[in-house]
Amino acid sequence: MSKWQWDTFFDAFPMVVQGLGITISLTFACYLCALIVGFVWTFIRRMKFKPLRWILLWIMEFIRSTPPLVQLFFLYFGLPMVPVIGVALDPFTCAILGLGVHYSTYIGEVYRSGIDSVDKGQWEASQALNFSTGKKWTKIILPQAIPPTIPMLGNYLIIMFKEVPLASTVGVVGILQLANNYGAQHFRYLEPLTIVAILFLVLSYPSAILIKKLEVKMNRRFDKKAVLKESKGAVS
Amino acid sequence: MPEVKSESLQETSTNNEDVIVSYKDVKKSFGDVHVLKGINLDIKPAEKVALIGPSGSGKTTIIRMLMTLEEPSAGEIIVDGKNLWHMEKNGKKVPANEKHLREVRGDIGMVFQHFNLFPHMTILENCMTAPIHVQKEDKESARKRSIEMLEKVGLGDKLENYPSQLSGGQKQRVAMARALVMRPKVMLFDEVTSALDPELVGEVLEVIRDLAEEGEMAMILVTHEMDFALDVADRVIFLDEGVIAEEGTPSEVLEHSDNERLQQFLHRFRSSN
Repeated sequence: MSKWQWDTFFDAFPMVVQGLGITISLTFACYLCALIVGFVWTFIRRMKFKPLRWILLWIMEFIRSTPPLVQLFFLYFGLPMVPVIGVALDPFTCAILGLGVHYSTYIGEVYRSGIDSVDKGQWEASQALNFSTGKKWTKIILPQAIPPTIPMLGNYLIIMFKEVPLASTVGVVGILQLANNYGAQHFRYLEPLTIVAILFLVLSYPSAILIKKLEVKMNRRFDKKAVLKESKGAVS
Repeated sequence: MPEVKSESLQETSTNNEDVIVSYKDVKKSFGDVHVLKGINLDIKPAEKVALIGPSGSGKTTIIRMLMTLEEPSAGEIIVDGKNLWHMEKNGKKVPANEKHLREVRGDIGMVFQHFNLFPHMTILENCMTAPIHVQKEDKESARKRSIEMLEKVGLGDKLENYPSQLSGGQKQRVAMARALVMRPKVMLFDEVTSALDPELVGEVLEVIRDLAEEGEMAMILVTHEMDFALDVADRVIFLDEGVIAEEGTPSEVLEHSDNERLQQFLHRFRSSN
């Protein structure tokens, strides 16, 4: 086997980087899909109609216990052959739906944990003050439920970023696919794949640190806010 | 037909003129546990009622049902002439919906054992939020009234603080101000001093005493502070095993009753203090 070649590395680099736009935009598209569908799960789970909740729990369990790769293959290769509802999806849409819906089940859990973290007394106090259902959510519950979920949601964004290369299996041309193509053309895989690894590292590691910081900040958010307000008051 | 209807409506309203809250054979069970076994109780406007009794006797449940935090298993609660848990639909009595509950419970305010202040708001915002978002009061006047109310409970210098920066006694005083700016006709106090350090109890009781002296509002206090009940209440009700076992003026109940269970309760209570 030949040794590491820097000229191959620099030759492959521009080509592989071209896929970064696709990889990143697919990450955000999947993530957005997961955030929205996760909200739908959470909403349905809170409805009073029990049978619907049971069906939903079962569906979520099913989605979670099947590998995302299998779901992607099913959507891309299987779905077009399903009678009546079968449609052929383009690779990008297919990846958004497959990965987005898969991760929405986890995101839904994050939302739920955020809502559950709000003390029962907060609901009772807002009821005692006669808040409407809508205002209760927007003014009292969500402002307390969302901040603690932000670090977890951030983690899922990073996880999503690292799962997106799965989409290359259904033909989305991100950095992994481009590196693979380069390798096939030049019979050199080591350098292009190293580039892929470096790109992932360079993007996820700082994001992980950022999220860690965010977490620390969220944990002391009320003290911090208070200190800020006080110092502002002192200045003015 | 319409004439008959209006007449009957009038009759109920004159009947209830001197009653702001009325419990009619109210029962409550949690599963197999019968917490309340038929409560009949009329409370007059501006009356101060203290509910005492051993733990598990259902005192808190009585006021939680009035705040709509707990639904009665049977019976009726009438607030200012309006049925709280039932409404009329096509001439039939049906369980109240959220809209009806909101309409009726607007007259009621509550202070909780664990304060339940909103941690993401300053104490001024805690007081202003409901007048603005529930009663649709304009921001300036809500702000003005909230500041006045906070000054009244002795916290005029803490407006921009967050609840986490306050002591338990201060938190409970904020909670009272927050309930009071809504101008309730009936105010409920659910063991408001039980979660406080002993040295902070006094400042909270003092605020309640001032409120009681002002007069206009009916107050129902679930309390373990017997001396306080004796001092403030117009009427003391002793609850035992889900029924009203004794009621009367504070001195009748706390000093001159010969109810055996009440004597036991008071004795146990005084020896433990």
